[in-house]
Amino acid sequence: MHTPSGGSVGKSLPRVDGVAKVTGAAHYLDDLVVPRLRHGVTVRSTVAHGTFDGLDLDPAFDWSQITVVTADHLGWGQGLAAGGLGQNHIAMLDTDQPALVPVGGRIKHVDEPLALIAAPTRALALAARAHARPRQTAQPAVLAIDDALRAEVKLYGDDNVFKQFLIRKGHATDDELEAAMAGADRVLEGTYHTGAQEQMYIEPQAMMATLDGGIMRIAGSMQCPYYVHKAMKVLLGCDAEQVVVTQTVTGGGFGGKEEYPSMLAAHCALLAQASGAPVKMVYDRDADIAATTKRHPSRVHHRLGLRADGTIAAIDVDVIFDGGAYLTLSPVVLSRGVLHAAGPYRCDVVRVRGRAVATNHPPHGAFRGFGAPQTTFAYERQLAKAARVLGVAPWDHRDRLALRPGDTTATGQVLERSVGTDDVLRAIREAAGPPPTRDGTNRHGAPVRRGRGHAFYFHGAGFTGSGEQRLAGRATVVARPDGTFEVLASSTDMGQGAITIFTQLAAEALGVPPEQVRVPDPATDHVPDSGPTVASRTCMVVGGLVDRAARTLRLRVEAWADAAGIKGDLATRAAAMIAAMIERGGGDLVGGGVAETVQYEPPPGIHWDDATYTGQAYPCYGWAGCLVDVEVDLDTREVSLLRCVHAVDVGRAINPVIVRGQIEGGTVQALGWAVLESVVYRDGKVANASMTNCIVPTFADVPDLETIIVECPYPYGPSGAKGVGEIPMDGPAAAVANALEDALGVPFDRLPILPEDIARALRPGGGAGGAGGGAA
Amino acid sequence: MTGYLRPTSLADAVAARAAHPDWLVLAGGTDLMVNAPHRPVPAGIVDLWGCAELRGIARDGETLRLGAGTTWLDVVQSALVAAHAPILGAAAREIGAPQIQARGTIGGNVATSSPVGDSLPVLLALDATLGLASPRGRRVVPYRDFATGYRTTSLDADELIAAVVVPVPDAATRLSWRKVGTRAAQSISKVMAAAAIHVEDGVIAWARFGLGAVAARPIRAAAAEAAAAGRPADEATARAVADALAGEIRPITDVRSAADYRLEVAQALLVRFVLNAGRS
Repeated sequence: MHTPSGGSVGKSLPRVDGVAKVTGAAHYLDDLVVPRLRHGVTVRSTVAHGTFDGLDLDPAFDWSQITVVTADHLGWGQGLAAGGLGQNHIAMLDTDQPALVPVGGRIKHVDEPLALIAAPTRALALAARAHARPRQTAQPAVLAIDDALRAEVKLYGDDNVFKQFLIRKGHATDDELEAAMAGADRVLEGTYHTGAQEQMYIEPQAMMATLDGGIMRIAGSMQCPYYVHKAMKVLLGCDAEQVVVTQTVTGGGFGGKEEYPSMLAAHCALLAQASGAPVKMVYDRDADIAATTKRHPSRVHHRLGLRADGTIAAIDVDVIFDGGAYLTLSPVVLSRGVLHAAGPYRCDVVRVRGRAVATNHPPHGAFRGFGAPQTTFAYERQLAKAARVLGVAPWDHRDRLALRPGDTTATGQVLERSVGTDDVLRAIREAAGPPPTRDGTNRHGAPVRRGRGHAFYFHGAGFTGSGEQRLAGRATVVARPDGTFEVLASSTDMGQGAITIFTQLAAEALGVPPEQVRVPDPATDHVPDSGPTVASRTCMVVGGLVDRAARTLRLRVEAWADAAGIKGDLATRAAAMIAAMIERGGGDLVGGGVAETVQYEPPPGIHWDDATYTGQAYPCYGWAGCLVDVEVDLDTREVSLLRCVHAVDVGRAINPVIVRGQIEGGTVQALGWAVLESVVYRDGKVANASMTNCIVPTFADVPDLETIIVECPYPYGPSGAKGVGEIPMDGPAAAVANALEDALGVPFDRLPILPEDIARALRPGGGAGGAGGGAA
Repeated sequence: MTGYLRPTSLADAVAARAAHPDWLVLAGGTDLMVNAPHRPVPAGIVDLWGCAELRGIARDGETLRLGAGTTWLDVVQSALVAAHAPILGAAAREIGAPQIQARGTIGGNVATSSPVGDSLPVLLALDATLGLASPRGRRVVPYRDFATGYRTTSLDADELIAAVVVPVPDAATRLSWRKVGTRAAQSISKVMAAAAIHVEDGVIAWARFGLGAVAARPIRAAAAEAAAAGRPADEATARAVADALAGEIRPITDVRSAADYRLEVAQALLVRFVLNAGRS
């Protein structure tokens, strides 16, 4: 019996896309040059709420080479085949967001697209835009969560609520919840605020559209080719075959290229149709920051009912996200937020309420962590306050309360396997070392105060509930007659290493060296829909499909070869076997190769009820612990992050260097969210829309990172792998806030925590915002 | 069509400037290129990067003479700066990142005259002078009087900055510098302060405080300086300096920081400078 192993899994294979990116050989969208190309720019609103009254074009300007598109006078409803279009909205979860606000229509946020301009050069397009003036009438805008809830100005339905959820565990009515809370010996209550966060991918949003023989070809920087494909079918009013969406080399996404590329593709397509030429649109950085989706600002109210012995009697959480002007993905982000809101802790009575509300901010959307970082911040601040009140050491406290196999989550999911609690806590306690000396002086002679903070958290891997079953993602592995293999999946590599992981998984399953495996750029006309590249699902779910397709393919080829009298295995005889198989018609042929396509099958025993929000919210969870040491300069209130230890259970590290990169990158993004990153909205407009002023960490801001990979294998993931992309984003911010409270003795319940906020909190009569609960 | 001239000598540069007073003068380009998309295309550019004679650092009697085209990298690497004006080196080291330091020039920083220009508080504290050149000849002006308002200077339309001249401080002068930015590198300042404090037998004979990002232009804190002069370098004096400063600056709130924070930190920096001067 042959043991299948290509020896690829668990090794740090160099990134297969690495050399091309480092040498500059990789072509990003903006590097692509095609004949007759036109450059598109966007005319945007300047009011947060109002009406679009029309577009004035300066008659003194020479418009002869310029294409101008507004939503009017387009052939909506006629369909692409008839030279028209489909419907003026971006198809995602709802139909409320137009591609362009029609004249006479309602403007719902600043920097909303009103018109499009294309010209033979970008400079000319920009010059034309300077001579195009949209007329707008402003109305009172909704720019705060409470104003949205008052619903005096209605933006969505009658109540401005995009979506709400209610989770109940261990009680049936609010009275029962209150009774359980009343039975607690102490209730800690806190309100936690987090701000918007910009993804700041290195490559801005970029897209190109070409109408070619009745087929709209879209190419660009994106995470989810089939999301764009779906949106284009609706916008253009055409069949699936009339749109081809190809991902080009993508310089970062972090969720920011999950939904917005559909908008940009729509704009390129409208201009391509109107101008009869290929159209490219590449946002400059300022427009990208101002107009595209960011992390949802949040307000979370958290009540923690504690018994005298330190255990939790009841948890009650009220989550509100500012969804911005359109629904986009807010319901799904909120879902993940509420499903994580009770934290990875044992408690028999839990209520979680969640609402995503409409405001006149540009839509907030997907960003690594997808709602969980906001609620994690709240519960880990609460846990830290509880430990302080109870006088228990932070890790002891969490160790005692944390979920283990056999325990149930807030949705009643019984945890059975791959629960990393003990391994994570053991690893991080071993690495912790002594806390930093409390007082000292820095190189400027300024007094400093130091502190340590902790956080423990979990993150569901893959889609929520029955999402994977509904999606039924597919992946294909093709064996070619030259003995090489292709992995066909719609998952995109945006720098996170997806195609390297797929290469390793396929090589391992096929028993061939990774050099024999290729992962072509995804295009909707030649890869199956494996689902979007989101939700920490690429390795676990799609990687699982790749693994299964490759194993099945190998068995089929080897069995056929055996019957045909060809000796050996794929590792040594791939070319001979496959060539013979093709020649003698031995298998399904796709593109001149033998193909095996598999579809997602849920692990046994998965049950989820969308109506009651009970059951197995996720097939499995990642688990993580984070420890942060901080130093505050008491002259300037500046925070130095000294050290961050992060232990993350990923199931199995298919490629340890890539996994480490994911953890370190997510950690830095979370630390930035904690103490540096602030999106400043003024009258609904991003006031700091530039890299100069929208601050993200540089390497000089990064502390000593100690990354510990913990492996509690998930039996239904490829080689035991589960998610890693998002969990590092969830907890470090809470650890930082906890460390700052440890250092300074005042609570910090609002993110980001800037030096200005620390100064305010330390002033006589100051306060860091939010209720301090019983922590004082 | 935008004109472009790249003189290779100061004389040619002065002639080019005089011939085209409305053209943009480009040194390292680290400010101008960032802002280029947000301002009208200039009629032309006089590019000073090719003027080798504008670049270099030399000891000249009791002064250090820095050519206007001297880059921050030159300043960082200069033994003369390290020995005689270490706070200028410290400021240079915190400008942008190494790539920016290799292009950005001291003359460009002075001419742009941003309220957040990183070297400007240091030049105020060191009481630098500027050597200016025009077809009418040369003149020397105190840097203190150069910045006249928000990004405006007393530079004439036909003039170029040729050099920045820094008097070498004596051994009794304590120099201090601190930048408080939006992050640890590549950052625009929220508050900057530089100090030259002359201490004899524990008593401050005189002090010069240069501040940035707390007013429309880089400023000397005259009242704070007066509060320090003739007083011991101790807590009480430091407090008096902080109080005096509160009376003479009114920082603003913007996307980068808050007025109350800027004042509080500017005060804390001067307090620290005074106390450190007393200790050394």
